[in-house]
Amino acid sequence: MTRPAQIWFKAVAWVCCLLPLLVLAYDATTDGLGANPISFVTNWLGQWTFRLLLATLALTPLRIVFGIGWPLRLRRLLGLFAFFYASLHFLVWILVDHYFNWDQMLADLVKRRYITVGMLALLLLVPLAVTSTSGMVRRLGGTVWRRIHRMVYLVGVLAALHFLWLAKQGRTAPYVYAAILALLLGVRLWGALRLARRPRDRAS
Amino acid sequence: MLIKRVPMFKASEITDYRLYLNRREFMFGAAALALLPTTTQAAQASAAGQPLAAKLNPAYTIGDKPTDFKSATTYNNFYEFGTDKEDPARLGHTLRPRPWTVQVDGLVQKSKQFDIEEFLRFPLEERVYPLRCVEAWSMVIPWIGFPLSALLKQVEPTGKARYVEFTTLKDPEQFPAQKPSLAAFGGVEWPYVEGLRLDEAMHPLALLTVGMYGRVLPNQNGAPIRIVVPWKYGFKSAKSLVRIRLTEEQPKTAWEKSAPQEYGFYSNVNPAVDHPRWSQATERRIGEFMRRKTLIFNGYADQVGSLYAGMDLKKNY
Repeated sequence: MTRPAQIWFKAVAWVCCLLPLLVLAYDATTDGLGANPISFVTNWLGQWTFRLLLATLALTPLRIVFGIGWPLRLRRLLGLFAFFYASLHFLVWILVDHYFNWDQMLADLVKRRYITVGMLALLLLVPLAVTSTSGMVRRLGGTVWRRIHRMVYLVGVLAALHFLWLAKQGRTAPYVYAAILALLLGVRLWGALRLARRPRDRAS
Repeated sequence: MLIKRVPMFKASEITDYRLYLNRREFMFGAAALALLPTTTQAAQASAAGQPLAAKLNPAYTIGDKPTDFKSATTYNNFYEFGTDKEDPARLGHTLRPRPWTVQVDGLVQKSKQFDIEEFLRFPLEERVYPLRCVEAWSMVIPWIGFPLSALLKQVEPTGKARYVEFTTLKDPEQFPAQKPSLAAFGGVEWPYVEGLRLDEAMHPLALLTVGMYGRVLPNQNGAPIRIVVPWKYGFKSAKSLVRIRLTEEQPKTAWEKSAPQEYGFYSNVNPAVDHPRWSQATERRIGEFMRRKTLIFNGYADQVGSLYAGMDLKKNY
């Protein structure tokens, strides 16, 4: 990819990733958030966190299955946007929904398993975001860096549990998200097994 | 500490009810009125959204400001139309609330099939009740109806009757989400069934409801007739009723069957008894920014507390 093409590519990706936030801002100014705006905003931000997380996790399977490698350039950008939306999701919960009612929030954190796993997922994303720079990759070395960043699989599982456990009976979206995650992680496993089974082919 | 309340909606943003009616329904209603200039007052009142006269009963009216009409008719849980809060308002036009009959039977001396117009001839009154959803949000609604006890007295329950079972219409043509589909996986079983103990049902607060906000009940709010039990979580107040049956056995309710560990038969509003997955200590009143403290029996402890004297409310959730 040429330099200008790369810049365009990234610019489009940025706009796409910011779109959910722009839509939210538009809804907020046009009375489009419904009767329970705080709940709407929290759900919206949570949903987009999960979607971006799944998008991040979909890039490697694209290469494994279809041999398409160029989307991997977007991995860091998508991952950081997932972290960005997760942070906003958390901030709305803490600042707007509960308005610094620490007692209830701490009680929820311990008692509600969906909040426990959601919080854990966000905390695990912090080291990944911090070590996302090219400098950090160099400093840590590829092997260590890759090992750390495999934690995103766990984050995905925690996010799926968070959604499954908070949703009421009869809602299908959490199952759809969990199924997509399972597929994306399954493709990795399949890819790894395929490589492991043919060590001689690789050596030759 | 100074806490500023951010107004979520301005009074000027509340749109006239008719604009929220489905266009087809509105046109149909308008055409029907044009074709039948001699319609009686009662028949006119039967079209959803038509004005419905009822005198305010101050003894059953709380002082809180009613929720704006738009929120009360666009943010609803009515799974027969879908699980999203917007589904009932969007798909409500598929329900045909006229003609309509309600079978009242079971352990009664005089079982009877009531036509909806007969219900409108009961002495209707307006009452302003708080509505507390099990999902920790609340509204304040001016309902129009009459005490459920008035109907029950008319059919004369036998000495054996101990419970009242309420059944919502089951008709996938009118309730699209009742169609069997993958999306309904793990949800509630149709028809929706709710229940009360007979003494709860006879309590003067339990209201058979045919209208709200001075109008005939909109489809998304449970047209043409529903119950309203203000000291219990909202899902106990079954909508679009086709049958009221008196029984000896405790009815098996829809949510109890679907998730027994989360939704019990009583489901009284109680800040001290958490839902397994969230706290019930506070609630968000729709239209307000700060959460409010939830009150035991939704503020009706003086009126209904004695119904549960000596009962372990944690066990009988």
